Amino acid sequence: MPSLDDLKKRIKSVKSTQKITKAMKMVAAAKLRKAQESAEKGRPYSQKMHNIILNLTKTISDPENAPKLLVGTGQNKTHLCVVLTADRGLCGGFNSNICKLAKTNFRKIIGEGKNLKIITVGTKGLDQIKREYDKHIVKRFSFKDRKQISFNEAEIIGKEIIDLFNKNEFDICTLFYNNFKNVITQIPQAQQIIPTEQSISDVEDRINSSYEFEPEEDEILEDLLPKNITTQVFKAFLENAASEQGSRMTAMDNATRNAGDLVDKLTINYNRSRQASITKELIEIISGAESL
Amino acid sequence: MLEKFKIEIISPDSSIIKTQTHEVIIPSYEGEMGILKDHIPLITFLRPGFIIIQGENMKKFFVEEGTVEFSNNNLTVLTSTAKDIANMDKKSIDTLIHESEKKLNNHEISDKERYLLSYKLETLKNINQ
Repeated sequence: MPSLDDLKKRIKSVKSTQKITKAMKMVAAAKLRKAQESAEKGRPYSQKMHNIILNLTKTISDPENAPKLLVGTGQNKTHLCVVLTADRGLCGGFNSNICKLAKTNFRKIIGEGKNLKIITVGTKGLDQIKREYDKHIVKRFSFKDRKQISFNEAEIIGKEIIDLFNKNEFDICTLFYNNFKNVITQIPQAQQIIPTEQSISDVEDRINSSYEFEPEEDEILEDLLPKNITTQVFKAFLENAASEQGSRMTAMDNATRNAGDLVDKLTINYNRSRQASITKELIEIISGAESL
Repeated sequence: MLEKFKIEIISPDSSIIKTQTHEVIIPSYEGEMGILKDHIPLITFLRPGFIIIQGENMKKFFVEEGTVEFSNNNLTVLTSTAKDIANMDKKSIDTLIHESEKKLNNHEISDKERYLLSYKLETLKNINQ
């Protein structure tokens, strides 16, 4: 049975934890609004870019000479996985969900006897992944000191990916990030960016429009494909940022509630033992008086 | 009255402008291009220059690069560098000019880069006038 003092200390410490989690929840909620806005604003850009590329892809008459970024190297030997996570913790299952999905894929790739290369963005993911896959990591990025992720950061990573591709370092590139659905649900996602994934239904939708190109299709594609990679990375960044805040908000909300429950329980315990000790003292006094 | 069509300039983090107009002039990679309603579907990309949206309230944007799609009377400009000229101050323009001049003097750049930079410089100088 803990003493009254112990209980008092416990209650105090839980209460201050509750204050922190509450503050974090509020901050996350404020940041979430901003992040969500920019994630939603960023969607049309990547969507339109994707459409243009689909339109271009259809018109390519000679698939063998098409740019490699679009059709791939034709091999399936080395996989590059780009894992995007947050730099900060205390956001529920956000980081571990991405890592779990990524690790499942890593195991599959290695199980099939293929080479694996990893680029990590964000320190939290790196911490989780390096325990098992340290020797596969080729590059690690962290933008901890940046307040807001801008297009420039995405460009740095996009360039790195394209550089590696041009050096024939890998055949297939996949992005891992959390897709922001709403505040409560974030879905970890694996998106293949090289070669460009083509969903068939989209192609059929727009098959009727024939375009004029200036300059030639190949030249446009050469200009557009690297940009598309950067755009996809940027989109993943934005989705991730919104997901992180959403996830943190929910996690901190739960933590605040749990702390409240704990305080209630401890207070009851505290009052009960206080009452018990008073009763005990009374009994002692009364029985002392009786024995006289 | 000239017939209007829709134009939208989108940057990765926001939609910069969404409006209707009867004519837009874009600095396409191989030369300036005016677009009117019912232009045939078109995909092209941009070199540094001005996007001019004609109309009563004419708007002028400075762009460095971008991709343009026109279909079904919808003109979409995807660019990460569009800036409304009205919002650019002299100082930032001067720094940009300075930077591009410095890059242009570097002899290791490729012909394509040189081509793009010279247009950028020319356009920037034109804003100042």
